[in-house]
Amino acid sequence: MTTMNMIEAINSGLDNMMARDDDVVVMGEDVGYFGGVFRATAGLQEKHGKTRCFDTPISECGIIGVAVGMAAYGMRPVPEIQFADYIYPGLDQLVSEAARLRYRSAAEFTSAITVRSPFGGGIFGGQTHSQSPESMFTHVCGLKTVIPSTPYDAKGLLISAIEDNDPVMFFEPKRIYNGPFTGYYDKPVEPWSKFEASQVPEDYYKIPIGKANIVRAGEAVTILTYGTMVHVAKAVVEEHGVDAEVIDLRTLVPLDIDTIEESVKKTGRCLIIHEATRTSGFGAELSALVQERCFYHLEAPIERVTGFDTPYPHSLEWAYFPGPVRIGEALDKIVGELTS
Amino acid sequence: MADDNSKTNLPPLSLHVPEPKYRPGDPVDYSDVDIPKAGDQPRPDVNSDPAKMREMVYDMVRVLDDDYKAVGPWDPKLSDDTLLKMLKTMAQVRAFDDRLHRMQRQGKTSFYMKCTGEEATSVAAAMALHSDDMCFPSYRQQGILFVRGYPMVDMINQIFSNREDKLKGRQLPIMYCSRDLGFFSISGNLATQYPQAVGWAMASAAKGDTRIAATWCGEGSTAEGDFHSAMTFATVYNAPIVMNVVNNQWAISSFSGFAGGERTTFAARAAGYGIAGLRVDGNDPLAVYAATQWAAERARTNNGPTLIEHFTYRADAHSTSDDPGAYRSAQEREEWPLGDPITRLKRHLIHRGVWSKEQHEALDKECIDAVKVATKAAEKNGILGHGLHQPFETMFQDVFEEMPWHLKEQSEQANKEREIKWPDAEASK
Repeated sequence: MTTMNMIEAINSGLDNMMARDDDVVVMGEDVGYFGGVFRATAGLQEKHGKTRCFDTPISECGIIGVAVGMAAYGMRPVPEIQFADYIYPGLDQLVSEAARLRYRSAAEFTSAITVRSPFGGGIFGGQTHSQSPESMFTHVCGLKTVIPSTPYDAKGLLISAIEDNDPVMFFEPKRIYNGPFTGYYDKPVEPWSKFEASQVPEDYYKIPIGKANIVRAGEAVTILTYGTMVHVAKAVVEEHGVDAEVIDLRTLVPLDIDTIEESVKKTGRCLIIHEATRTSGFGAELSALVQERCFYHLEAPIERVTGFDTPYPHSLEWAYFPGPVRIGEALDKIVGELTS
Repeated sequence: MADDNSKTNLPPLSLHVPEPKYRPGDPVDYSDVDIPKAGDQPRPDVNSDPAKMREMVYDMVRVLDDDYKAVGPWDPKLSDDTLLKMLKTMAQVRAFDDRLHRMQRQGKTSFYMKCTGEEATSVAAAMALHSDDMCFPSYRQQGILFVRGYPMVDMINQIFSNREDKLKGRQLPIMYCSRDLGFFSISGNLATQYPQAVGWAMASAAKGDTRIAATWCGEGSTAEGDFHSAMTFATVYNAPIVMNVVNNQWAISSFSGFAGGERTTFAARAAGYGIAGLRVDGNDPLAVYAATQWAAERARTNNGPTLIEHFTYRADAHSTSDDPGAYRSAQEREEWPLGDPITRLKRHLIHRGVWSKEQHEALDKECIDAVKVATKAAEKNGILGHGLHQPFETMFQDVFEEMPWHLKEQSEQANKEREIKWPDAEASK
């Protein structure tokens, strides 16, 4: 085991896979010699060579389109989109091409690509470096969407994503690259090294796609969340002294519905938290699924805590962020509801 | 500031919206279309610096002259056998198109697209490639499949979406795919194949392979961002690829002016990217062959990508869904100054003394008969809308490699509906 932050864990996962499989190539803006703006690809070009890890033109359409073509050849490209906010020029190549190639060619061609992209706010990135666009991709049939919340998970999930024979959107919560986040923006960040999840094997290991993780067992309410918000939710739960069961979904598609269903049937209450905007966010899907499957076990209406339906503001970032106040209010409300 | 002076005398700005020269009923006069003399164009070395051959993007590579002789440095000097194969393949494509177009009109399928007048741009091009070079076509390059020996009956099974359709009835007719023959799955979204082809070529180069990629799009879809992304990546990584723009003058009802054709040639797009560009008489099969051969050799020897504009004419409708009589002059086809590719090759072969009018008539009949046989065989496997040709669960397969729970649930729902909607249909399992 080595102590790693999330960036180091991702770097280690890429390094392992490039060493194991010649078909794995890393590409993206600034990922080569420089090693990426967040350093996720640092040292990979030097170690594995320029044709295995290389810079690309500033063209997300080209990056994804070229990756689809490389995958059609038989490679396993791992393109990086520098910020999730930049992904839209590549949307057609993801939605109409990568996601449907297996289907439309009756599996003659597949798109085994893993699109890595830092997402989410909390770093004063303004409206073009803070978005959480995951639900745009969960809506697309043929794409998998994976979001880790710790260094250990990030590496294990990334390796599974690269080995997956379908296209995977791998969104990295950049707010917690260096350490988990409790939602108190004015408190110093504690580095990952202080937490057990920073203990990461240097060698290859996998965490399966489609399996959620119960990060806190509890009886009073089920909290469904992912990414940065896993840590914020845990902190608020402790602060409010609520015996909540906190589930880190880890994969949005395919969703671990069994774990969700079992938990909600046990607790009878469900709070959904994500940083992304509210309307048509992934929380809407989760809420509908819980209602369809657990309605007769519910003792209170399902609550959603989300970002507001505005662009991510720069100066008002911490007014926007679904932090301890918004979550705490919903938590108190949902555990306070009495069975009639 | 520049506007410190009064603005009162400035003329109002005006917006230019392109308009084609001829609309339905208009007499057509192509005398202003510059058609250079066949054989006059220089043939640069395949390793030429694109900057040194820039005039090629405004010229037009032509081999067959007005007397149907092959002339000039671009004459690929093909054997009689190769030329006869080219002619027969183009004739077969045309017979296939005519027949399948009629089948759509008879209600046997939903859709069809002919490539009438453009046969050379896929047939001659594919013949100039190696059989294992990877093709990323658009929707009007059925000629590639004919060159590579894909059975007509399999094409028709796809067009009918029947039980033998290798694509399981999932794709719109003519959106073929054949991995074995190096023919990438056709998308309905335009120019998406361009960056994919570049990616495939980059992978081939990175692996030290010897195969190159080729791709095709229409002049209309050069307006897509994908085209320009592909050009950028192709030039940045010196990708081993032949990029074809089939300029057939029309994108459904929009003439080439809506892709910038009023201002410059499509081959000229290459110059801005520092890519070798060739502009070719797309109705001259020998010129198409020669240009493709040049570009393929250039790619295969690590000299990088080439953009080829095939100057041609879409002699028929865009698809079965539009009537060109509603937006362009019928005289355009009749007056087209570059003629018809099959007629020109036929006359060249007659001129060479290896072919005759009678042989050609017999060939046309053979081609029609071959399509009839293939159509009959395919019809036995079902036609669109008449019966359920694919097992129900195939609708849910291949979304992912492994079917997740939510698709399994939806598959069960579909099967329940089947029992109500089609009680006599076979159960899927």
